[in-house]
Amino acid sequence: MGLRWLGWAVVAAVALALPQVLPLYFTHLVLLTMIYGLSAMSLDLLAGYTGLTSFGHAAYFGAAAYTVGILTTQHRVPPALAFPAGVAAAAALAAVYGLLATRAVGVYFLIITLALGMGTWGLAYRWSSVTGGDNGLPGIPPLELGLPWSTSDPKHLYYLILVIFCLAAFLLYRLVRSPFGLSLRGIRESEGRMRMLGYNTWLHRYVAFVVAGTFAGLAGSLYAFYNRFVSPPDLHIAASAEAVLMVILGGAGTLFGPLVGAGIVVFLRNLVSAYTHRWMLILGVVFVLTVMYAPQGVAGGARALWARWRGRAVTPPVAGPGKEPVAER
Amino acid sequence: MSAVCLRTEQLRKHYGGLRAVDGVDLEVRQGERRAIIGPNGAGKTTLFHLLSGEVPATAGRILLFGQDITHLPSYRRTALGIGRTYQVTNLFPRLTVLENALLAAFGLRREKYDPFRAAWQHRQALEDARRLLEEFGLWEKRDWPIGSLSYGEQRQLEIVLALAGRPRLLLLDEPTAGLSPAETQVVTRLVAGLDPQITVLLIEHDMDVAFQVAQRVTVLHFGRVLAEGTVDEVRGNPEVQAIYLGVGEL
Ligand SMILES: Nc1ncnc2c1ncn2[C@@H]1O[C@H](COP(=O)(O)OP(=O)(O)O)[C@@H](O)[C@H]1O
Ligand SMILES: [Mg+2]
Repeated sequence: MGLRWLGWAVVAAVALALPQVLPLYFTHLVLLTMIYGLSAMSLDLLAGYTGLTSFGHAAYFGAAAYTVGILTTQHRVPPALAFPAGVAAAAALAAVYGLLATRAVGVYFLIITLALGMGTWGLAYRWSSVTGGDNGLPGIPPLELGLPWSTSDPKHLYYLILVIFCLAAFLLYRLVRSPFGLSLRGIRESEGRMRMLGYNTWLHRYVAFVVAGTFAGLAGSLYAFYNRFVSPPDLHIAASAEAVLMVILGGAGTLFGPLVGAGIVVFLRNLVSAYTHRWMLILGVVFVLTVMYAPQGVAGGARALWARWRGRAVTPPVAGPGKEPVAER
Repeated sequence: MSAVCLRTEQLRKHYGGLRAVDGVDLEVRQGERRAIIGPNGAGKTTLFHLLSGEVPATAGRILLFGQDITHLPSYRRTALGIGRTYQVTNLFPRLTVLENALLAAFGLRREKYDPFRAAWQHRQALEDARRLLEEFGLWEKRDWPIGSLSYGEQRQLEIVLALAGRPRLLLLDEPTAGLSPAETQVVTRLVAGLDPQITVLLIEHDMDVAFQVAQRVTVLHFGRVLAEGTVDEVRGNPEVQAIYLGVGEL
């Protein structure tokens, strides 16, 4: 317990000190990690916790980012309104798409979400009068929320995004430990048994889908204001696939694993691509190594090591229980 | 005389040409302990699937305390008081013993939708889970993953999950299959000691267990009710003796 608090204190101190000590470029990469990480964490709610791998998660991220872009550049809506409007648009899109996607599970779910994601990308690409088509939407204003300090200072913006990220992560943290979060893991393990225990499992899957889309939308709204530009690649299949990659790299079914996965992808892409154009190849190698040597992802592997160090059996002994695990409460 | 808990009328389940359940009429009174026996493939498990709503009926009706539940989804039937266990252990393997029991305890509570407070902070659900786990001697192992439990313990956890919703009708599908004689005795005693208000339907291969727990026995054969009656009536039935000939003792 003490160690855990110490760990959190260290993380908080590092997060707060970061923009003061690191060059601006690294702060930029950390910000991208938080934004993509939030999106990946929301995807993990579906893929890792509920066992529903969505291959169209960039659609909700993109819907929020485009809503912000359209409202601010074409309708002069102030950021304080456009920001929540983006999140609401993502939630609404997830509520509609979810009705279609959650009819299915397994590979059919994957295919439906993939198709919906492609359709959404097509819309952004083709409907140029509204979305700017291939050119995207440049000129999104900075995230001025009427706060006493200006966010055009990148350090201030960092702290603002850090606060929003932490709030969102806290809500997700509470969710995965709640009865509702537990029900999602139960559905992943045995949906039939869950129904027999009294759960309307479709409703739980649907709500998880909408919640995941909403948090992806939060990330998308942040992204639009941070990047000040939205374009079709932001909701392309490749972006959806990258989110899945982040989840698997970091550890599906662990809340903060996908954040680590997002960090790996963001840093590899930006640092390695400075030296070689083959960064995708390197990412591929990292991915294969992860799947081979740490199939539970970085966070899952670390958790297993930590448990072993603490002397707990995480993977159940096949023949019979070894030493009695420590009670959690 | 006590109320009729469960009634089926010409209940059928056909898989293509195969009549897994072929027009079954049952009437089970509240508090009754009814054993369902029959050779492998007789349709016993399929009958349970129909009663619990996991498989839609091809024809016929199911009435629970007079209410037609034939077309209700299984989670609604659970809310009306049906609980069941599975012949093939059906737990949540990557969750701990306590998490398994908590899921069952939350099943019929509104708190199952709570997305904010931690699961174990819900006192009543935790109490329910704890009471049952203690009763079955599993509380000490609450933090164990399911895979670390012995097979016998997993079978008992099956029953814990079925009981957590305080069912009025409990369906037990071969609860003692694969258990050691000692474990079989434990489970038999637990079932025999259940609240007498609970109606129990018990599929059982072990005749000793079936006859120890149940007052009445229904024999299924090729999806049909071959015989029904008290233990002695069924034992003395020549047709029943015929189908069990060569299969084993009766
Ligand atoms: N999903 C299914 N599809 C086709 N046939 C099935 C299915 N489930 C069960 N059956 C068949 O129905 C018959 C009854 O099976 P079951 O109810 O499991 O028997 P019991 O539990 O009495 O051993 C068997 O012949 C079995 O092969
Ligand atoms: Mg069977």
